[in-house]
Amino acid sequence: MKLTKNTAKLTAAAMAAAMALSAGTASADLVFPSLSYRTGPYAPNGIPFADGYADYFTLLNERDGGIGGEPIKFIECETGYNTEKGVECYESTKGEGSLVYQPLSTGITYQLIPKATADGIPVHSMGYGRTSAANGKVFSHIFNYPGTYWDAASIIVNHINDQEGGDLKGKKIALVYHNSAYGKEPIRTLEELSKKHGYELSLLAVDHPGQEQKSQWLQIRRERPDYVMMWGWGVMNQVAIQEAVNIRFPMDKFIGVWWSASENDVIPAGDGANGYKAIAFHGVGDGFGVYDDLKKYVVEAGKAAGDGSNLGTVLYNRGMYAAMLASEAARTAQGIHGVTDITPSQMRDGMEALTLDQARMAELGLADFGPEINVSCENHGGPGLGAIQQWDAGSKTWALITEFGGADRGVVDALIAEDSAAFAAENSITPRDCS
Amino acid sequence: MFYREAGDFKTSYRDDQQTFPIPFDRWAVGVLLAFAFLVVPFIINEYWEKSVLLPFLVWSMAALGLNILTGYCGQVSLGTGGFMAVGAYASYKFTTAFPELNLFVIVILSGGVTAFVGILFGLPSLRIKGFYLAVATLAAQFFLVWLFNKVPWFYNYSASGMITAPARTMFGIEITGPSAPSWATYLFCLTVVVLFALVARNLTRGRVGRSWMAIRDMDIAAEIIGVAPLKAKLSAFAISSFYIGVAGALFFSVYLGAAEPTEAFGIDKSFLVLFMIIIGGLGSIMGSFIGAAFITLIPVLFKNIMVGGLGWPTDMVQHLIFMLLGGLIMFFLIVEPHGLAQLWRITKEKLRLWPFPH
Amino acid sequence: MSPAILNTIEVILNGLMAGVMYSLVALGFVLIFKASGIFNYAQGVFALFAALTLVGFQTGQIPFAHVINVVLGTEYHHWGEGLNNFIAIVLTMLVMVGLAWLVERLVLRHLVNQEQIILFMATIGLAFFMEGLGDLMWGANIKVLDIGIPSGGSFWWEDVTKTWAPAESDYYGMYIDVLDVWAAVVAIILVIALTLFSQFTKTGRALRAVADDHQAALTVGISLRTIWVIVWSIAGFVALVAGIMWGAKSGVQFSLSLIALKALPVLILGGFTSIPGAIIGGLIIGVGEKLFEYGIGPLIGGATENWFAYVLALFFLMFRPQGLFGDKIIERV
Repeated sequence: MKLTKNTAKLTAAAMAAAMALSAGTASADLVFPSLSYRTGPYAPNGIPFADGYADYFTLLNERDGGIGGEPIKFIECETGYNTEKGVECYESTKGEGSLVYQPLSTGITYQLIPKATADGIPVHSMGYGRTSAANGKVFSHIFNYPGTYWDAASIIVNHINDQEGGDLKGKKIALVYHNSAYGKEPIRTLEELSKKHGYELSLLAVDHPGQEQKSQWLQIRRERPDYVMMWGWGVMNQVAIQEAVNIRFPMDKFIGVWWSASENDVIPAGDGANGYKAIAFHGVGDGFGVYDDLKKYVVEAGKAAGDGSNLGTVLYNRGMYAAMLASEAARTAQGIHGVTDITPSQMRDGMEALTLDQARMAELGLADFGPEINVSCENHGGPGLGAIQQWDAGSKTWALITEFGGADRGVVDALIAEDSAAFAAENSITPRDCS
Repeated sequence: MFYREAGDFKTSYRDDQQTFPIPFDRWAVGVLLAFAFLVVPFIINEYWEKSVLLPFLVWSMAALGLNILTGYCGQVSLGTGGFMAVGAYASYKFTTAFPELNLFVIVILSGGVTAFVGILFGLPSLRIKGFYLAVATLAAQFFLVWLFNKVPWFYNYSASGMITAPARTMFGIEITGPSAPSWATYLFCLTVVVLFALVARNLTRGRVGRSWMAIRDMDIAAEIIGVAPLKAKLSAFAISSFYIGVAGALFFSVYLGAAEPTEAFGIDKSFLVLFMIIIGGLGSIMGSFIGAAFITLIPVLFKNIMVGGLGWPTDMVQHLIFMLLGGLIMFFLIVEPHGLAQLWRITKEKLRLWPFPH
Repeated sequence: MSPAILNTIEVILNGLMAGVMYSLVALGFVLIFKASGIFNYAQGVFALFAALTLVGFQTGQIPFAHVINVVLGTEYHHWGEGLNNFIAIVLTMLVMVGLAWLVERLVLRHLVNQEQIILFMATIGLAFFMEGLGDLMWGANIKVLDIGIPSGGSFWWEDVTKTWAPAESDYYGMYIDVLDVWAAVVAIILVIALTLFSQFTKTGRALRAVADDHQAALTVGISLRTIWVIVWSIAGFVALVAGIMWGAKSGVQFSLSLIALKALPVLILGGFTSIPGAIIGGLIIGVGEKLFEYGIGPLIGGATENWFAYVLALFFLMFRPQGLFGDKIIERV
């Protein structure tokens, strides 16, 4: 055991040296960490998100000198989508005064839910993570606005319902899902909704990583469901879309969740993917005012996080949107507490009081980019609105084909209340009083 | 010079067989343990706890377990991730079903459950050998992860199948849960690991350990001289799985606090532990610790130097770390195929004679 | 024939096709194991690296562009429009040969006569290294690999099989992916070529000699090192083929390296040392897992393929511990 300890000591010394080097700027900046995954199996999706997240903060620094006059310090830490690396990233950045975490992986999010709450740092799991965290009474520091997986499932069913003229009786809907915590999320909601709407639900699990899905798609081909939904991630998305093209499943009846909705997922399937649909909680393309500024202050100034080629892609937009929401929450917090140099717990208040109307979004150069947002003490899940986007393989662009619509609140809210109550009981949490 | 042996004569078998026969070694280990138990808890912070010490201790425990099976008994296993999942889920079920139960008891019980599962999946080892046995353990790996994903009872019917460790105390101090103090989780893990390292050391030099090594060196010959392969192999599977189960329980309930089978206990974890014992040294208790330190700490170290120190882009650093880690693995195997523990042994031999090697 | 029977046939047929795809990966493992006794864990990463390199040449990417840009503060990404498929494949092959040479020179040479598990570990180190290198060289984003192989369900086969079922049964024909058929053709050509090469060329005979007995081969003047370079180059070529076929489905991305996991049960079932074993093992695994998923999967929640492949291999091993076609294990005290 001796060498071990010696190695540990050496390591310790080296690390202390390394950390001393990095801890040079202990100023009063607003610290935004980014737990990105630019490597590993999910890197193709992680890169554009991380670029968008970074570029927006760079823009704020370059154009406005930060938020409310307070410069932003942006720290990136590579997780590789791995929970243990995520823990390391969290622990190494939280001491810098990090205001909000965007953990990005389901595993890291679940790990941070109790931990960050205990540390008093808010977590924004935007459209991922634990759905029942939308219940702000139980999950005081976790936010998942503007929408959750259960909202997504319900909105997709609503869209199908519209397509079918309001009657789903006897229709067959199949769910192809990643066999993991993330993929299983929508099942309960879809089951509840099938009781209500009377459609027949069939579940098709795809084991990680999902490079071989012949069985699942042969089954779909045999059963010929009217619609297929997908909760996929990583290589599973590309293969599923390719297989759907191969069996000539009508692509406009194939609808993915927002994590199966990027250019990366459809481009490998080529022209066949034309018409593929997915749900979105924000706008598509780069036809927004903010892009002029991004190009002028960030890309052309040579300060872009990536090579500037992914501006306007779905995941870049999502990263940028996340950064915008974070900065708006910080601004709200500055307003509430009357200080510019806010702390994580003030940031939490700002997130809980976040309201974002269309006027403000137009001001930010993001007119009609997303729905209006209203976060409250009870509801951390935001408006829960989503629109359907469709892929045009010819021009290689997505387009929103519906308005932002709401979920079946009766069903979804009941499920959220049930699941968060179970979590509260298991972890002996007394729900907050929000009145 | 440091390792002076002149005049150090052993007069009893007991002295001759002790774990650290050289007084200097004994002193050094004693001081280090005292440091680990008495000093570190007072200076530990959360970064050191969560990023360095806990991962190191948990993976050391898993490496100890696999080393018993692969290093001492010669049975290659790639099911470590699956067995860790058994330990983790067992500890989750025990903590949620019996909230009053002492955490130490829970950890031991989880190990016991895993030992039982280990015996089941060890049965094919009686017929299949070498790399072919890896398949049996891989079947365990994939099947167990699939099972924990599919059967809702294991995750108490939660919507997504994630498990979260509730806060539990020992002697009134929280050991699991988000607000457990760093020193407490560290001391808990350290105690468990040191205790079981001692047990492993004594097992491996006793009758059981010798029967394992006989099987490893040549099972037919061992059978001829009267070692029962059934007993030896299955006991190795059971004890190894016990260790790995304990590691899984610590990994989930003390270190991470939340887990999901697909990612937390995937096949890459099985490979990771195998790397540790091969790099550290097969059939060496100390090797397990060195290997765990190497695989868990080197990436953190490089990351802190290259991102924190030099300010390079994070993705480039991550790729470089992969290359460096791969390069170092190959380098060390070329320099000393029997692992870092062997390298250390050779260094010690040289130190004993230094400065007069002839 | 009733649709139920036809459906089963369809599952078996597609299982066979999936099996071919597994065999393509497994072949590379077998080649190296036969010639050098090394279980090359890096084979999957080789496939990824080969595919990345191929796409890089096709699209005219500058290798290490990211590093160059960070160090020099420049913005280089492409050197031109890229090369045509044939030249790109030839260049990729040259890169794989160079890689084989480097591996022999820097790693294998120093590990002669080590235990299997040590060699296995060295290839894991190699896999780590190549993962980092591949991403650093060509970037971690997803790439489209298209060398003009057709894909998609075959209309012809659908029409043919439609007539097999009674007209009133509303059967809509059997599905088969054209890409898979191409993969099967390529696999057959590959196996024939390998067999011809090893039977009728001097190098091929040397290869077989080394596979039979290293020391005897050395004594008759065969250079073990040259043979290793050749074998690793051939394995590199097989990896390229596997990378192209799998990459056509999913795009070229990091996950491509995980196809090695699909090849493991195939190898174990077929035996590490047999090329026909890799093919037949692949077919058995492919059909077995698809049939199980079709018949029993729905009853127990699906997604069974990953573990069932291993259980199936395990079942066969119980009867033949050295794999179906592996060399008989003879143990002497």
